[in-house]
Amino acid sequence: MSLQLSTEQRGNVAVVGITGDVDLYSSPQLRKEILKLVNARDARLLVDLGKVTYMDSSGLATLIEGLQHINRNNGRMAVTGLRDAVKEIFELTRLDTVFSIYPDTETALEWVAS
Amino acid sequence: MEDGMELERKIARLFFTIRQFKPRWLPGKSIRISINSDPVYLRVLRAAMDEIAALAGFSRKECAKIILAVDEACSNVIRHAYHDVAGQPIYITCRITPIKLEIVIVDLGEPADIKSIKPRPLDELRPGGLGVHIIRTVMDEVHYENLAKIGNRLIMAKFLPREEGAL
Repeated sequence: MSLQLSTEQRGNVAVVGITGDVDLYSSPQLRKEILKLVNARDARLLVDLGKVTYMDSSGLATLIEGLQHINRNNGRMAVTGLRDAVKEIFELTRLDTVFSIYPDTETALEWVAS
Repeated sequence: MEDGMELERKIARLFFTIRQFKPRWLPGKSIRISINSDPVYLRVLRAAMDEIAALAGFSRKECAKIILAVDEACSNVIRHAYHDVAGQPIYITCRITPIKLEIVIVDLGEPADIKSIKPRPLDELRPGGLGVHIIRTVMDEVHYENLAKIGNRLIMAKFLPREEGAL
């Protein structure tokens, strides 16, 4: 499945919804979108992976880059909705201990907005 | 005038093709796939690997991990051996033996410095370098070879799941 991105503003939080496979082919598109959202001071970003069918290390690298920018700008970032296949790669790379991961969007939004 | 490097690459490709037709009596089922180094084809490869891993008898969860390892290996070929240049060949040979699924990935790109292929420490928060860690974690055997002037070969294998009740 090709990558589809949607971005909406929910209060002070930008919510990026991703649909499809995130791989070496599609991750540059995601990177472009995320880098637009993370450079402001105190940026708040929630990445919804609920419709991601596949993710490789280039997708993880994109999220890591986003998190690095967020941390530098005193912002806050979380990911939500990980399917089993996506959860697997976070666990394999131990990034489940680095990212703030929430099972549902509302709880994640509450934390990111606070 | 033909670029020398391109000529060498053509010769290497020809030799590789000849080797493909040399009979090798190996036990097991063998499947050969070749893709172009354009990353758009990785999803085609993933679909094929899903079928092959399932054919070998792996569970859905293990199939997903094998797909990831092969995808990471081919992504590394595209990025590091071919420097993101599309149109170059990547040959994937899968062999299902009674004990393991063996996957051999050959490219005709820039030979890698084998010593430099290592996973990065996971406590460093930085993009990149995770592919090798994934490959080594998922697969039971991983062996990189530098094919001298042109190309690389990665031989990796995963042992087949034991049947319940088997000794």
